[in-house]
Amino acid sequence: MSITLLYFGVLKDTLGCSTETLAWAGGTSATLLDVLRGRGEDWSQALAPGKVFRLVVNQQIVRGDVAIPDGAEVGILPPVTGG
Amino acid sequence: MYCDITVQSAAFDLGAEELALRAHAGDAGALVAFQGMVRAHDEATPLAALFLEHYPGVTEAEIRRIAEQAAARWPLSACRVIHRVGALAPGEPIVLVIIAAGHRAGAFAAAEYLMDYLKTQAPFWKREDFVDGSSRWVEAKASDDAACGRWHD
Repeated sequence: MSITLLYFGVLKDTLGCSTETLAWAGGTSATLLDVLRGRGEDWSQALAPGKVFRLVVNQQIVRGDVAIPDGAEVGILPPVTGG
Repeated sequence: MYCDITVQSAAFDLGAEELALRAHAGDAGALVAFQGMVRAHDEATPLAALFLEHYPGVTEAEIRRIAEQAAARWPLSACRVIHRVGALAPGEPIVLVIIAAGHRAGAFAAAEYLMDYLKTQAPFWKREDFVDGSSRWVEAKASDDAACGRWHD
């Protein structure tokens, strides 16, 4: 079981990663963020609970804690600066 | 409402886009077009380019959702949004919003509404690439959030 992660904007540079495949035992977005924060200082700071970012699961922007199914594409979006 | 959303690296032509949209505007009495340009910025180091990234598929869907919200607030007949991505030089057009509506009040308001949401909700990220080789991701601005907040009832 695995999921694909996509990182955007400043997160890509901070984390040194634009996309990756992650082994996934199942769980929610909270589970995923705990896993990523456990990777070290850069990750725990960039994805700290107080930071503003959005998650997109299978092309849908999600709010709150949602289940992440096997094979999902999960985008991690820092605050947007378009227009 | 007719609605056409494009995210592209290529330049666009305001006149051609306006003409194309008029074919879908029905008996609209107003057409408002807004074109945003890349500013050279008032930084100590001049800007070589503004680099924009988006989330393909998700960004277009989000803009469409925003346009439909606008159409629920004001009677709009057609809308066209083009947002450019990739490396853009100062002075280049970066975003185009055209709204056709029954009356000008709705057309002006909807164009502003779309621009406020494009700046604060649509998944675009800007990076400033300076002529000295340094670069910096643009941080979200409280003033943009405040501008967007005025639309909440």
